[in-house]
Amino acid sequence: MEKHIGEQTVRFQNPPSITATATIVGQKEGEGPLAKHYDIISNDALFGTDSCEKAESEMSRQAITLAAQKANLQLEDIQYILAGDLLNQETGSTFAVRDLGRPFFGLFSACSAIGEAMSLGAMIIDGGFANHIIACASSHFCGAEKTFRFPLELGTQRPPTASWTVTGCGAVTICAGGVGPYITAATTGAIVDMGIRDANNMGAAMAPAAAHVLVKHFQDMNIQPSHYDVIATGDLGKIGSELLLQLMNEAGYDLTNHKDCGCMIYDTQKQDVHAGGSGCGCAAVTFGGYFYKQLKTGKLKRMLLVPTGALHSVATIQQGESIPSIAHAVAIEGSLN
Amino acid sequence: MNTTEKQRYQEMVKAVSPGSTVGINCLKAFLVGGSICAIGQVIYNILEAHNFSRDDAGLITAGLLIITAVLLTALGLYNKLGKHAGAGSVVPITGFANAIAAPAIEYKKEGLVLGIGAKIFIIAGPVIVYGVMASVLVGLVYYFVR
Repeated sequence: MEKHIGEQTVRFQNPPSITATATIVGQKEGEGPLAKHYDIISNDALFGTDSCEKAESEMSRQAITLAAQKANLQLEDIQYILAGDLLNQETGSTFAVRDLGRPFFGLFSACSAIGEAMSLGAMIIDGGFANHIIACASSHFCGAEKTFRFPLELGTQRPPTASWTVTGCGAVTICAGGVGPYITAATTGAIVDMGIRDANNMGAAMAPAAAHVLVKHFQDMNIQPSHYDVIATGDLGKIGSELLLQLMNEAGYDLTNHKDCGCMIYDTQKQDVHAGGSGCGCAAVTFGGYFYKQLKTGKLKRMLLVPTGALHSVATIQQGESIPSIAHAVAIEGSLN
Repeated sequence: MNTTEKQRYQEMVKAVSPGSTVGINCLKAFLVGGSICAIGQVIYNILEAHNFSRDDAGLITAGLLIITAVLLTALGLYNKLGKHAGAGSVVPITGFANAIAAPAIEYKKEGLVLGIGAKIFIIAGPVIVYGVMASVLVGLVYYFVR
């Protein structure tokens, strides 16, 4: 059987299992509607460290360690760690794993990191290059504000289209064989740029990338959206989600089963997050916490996880560049029948 | 993607992206900004009543407002005010103090020189640069047309 199908999709011959997930979030996420699904809620934004950068790494280190533990594995059994975050030079992830002594691939695709990590992790396993890997993605509100926006204490107003970066880390242990849920297919996104320049409206910048990868996935797999119980995008937020539905409608697909992790992770009415949640941690903890349990308990049979990322930097925005975006689709099924 | 497609998408984005509530924002900015200025005026009047010269009263008033704004910034309160007041708490001298104190707190971990020292004017810097340049220009014009 050919593994690479159509233009951008791989279908796994021996679908790897997600044997465990570990999710750690901050206080605000712990006050959100998905609170009961997380492993750890930390009310200390600094995670016992003295800076937001160190805090993110500590959170990731704990999540990776916990993901191995929950899969009944020693860290030594993990043959690769694939992780991504939003800090400069990916120090959120690299400093998290620097004392773990495991082979490491650092990934950058902004907030779609968990999609990229799970796709590549599944490819490594189905390719026969490893039996156990951990895919991980993290973001920290304070670190993201410092990297991309203004100092926390500055008295500015955020526009209604802005999103709130999730403080959270999701780590996913993926193994050969196992009892599922299984990663059955993955469609790698291409970079799409529709000329959006407003870094305070990332949902609008990313929606076309999500639409693009979804259309490719349905075409390559020769399926309709109804094939899945849920199609969950990463962090489009309210505005991006609305745009995605319009774009998909134009492409001839009715996305009635669409959810967006950015709209689920906070109570958008009460928690003052404007357009919704964003950041690498958004899709990672919503999948690792909520959706994974739904798949495990059979409430969901098939889902398509589509984390989305806006690939800009402060310099590119200041130079007047538009925001290129990407999305990766990962198909996950509760059983193989 | 061709340009027409991009333009069409940007129109779609405009149609679904909510704008800021300008009316309420203006009202809040007016009330908070006005209140800050009124507080300044009260301090000034009290000082004047205690026989401070106009210059001294002005300087002390500005100093007190700056100290208060820095304290509120350090306590994490000024950003909460700014969230509602917008320009109302940015434009008065307290906003300028906040714009200097906030980066100083944020970059403390990067050290006294390259952290606080280098980053303290990251927000207020442009105001100082262009403020000084504008005052020089205006001064020159005044000198020649006087």
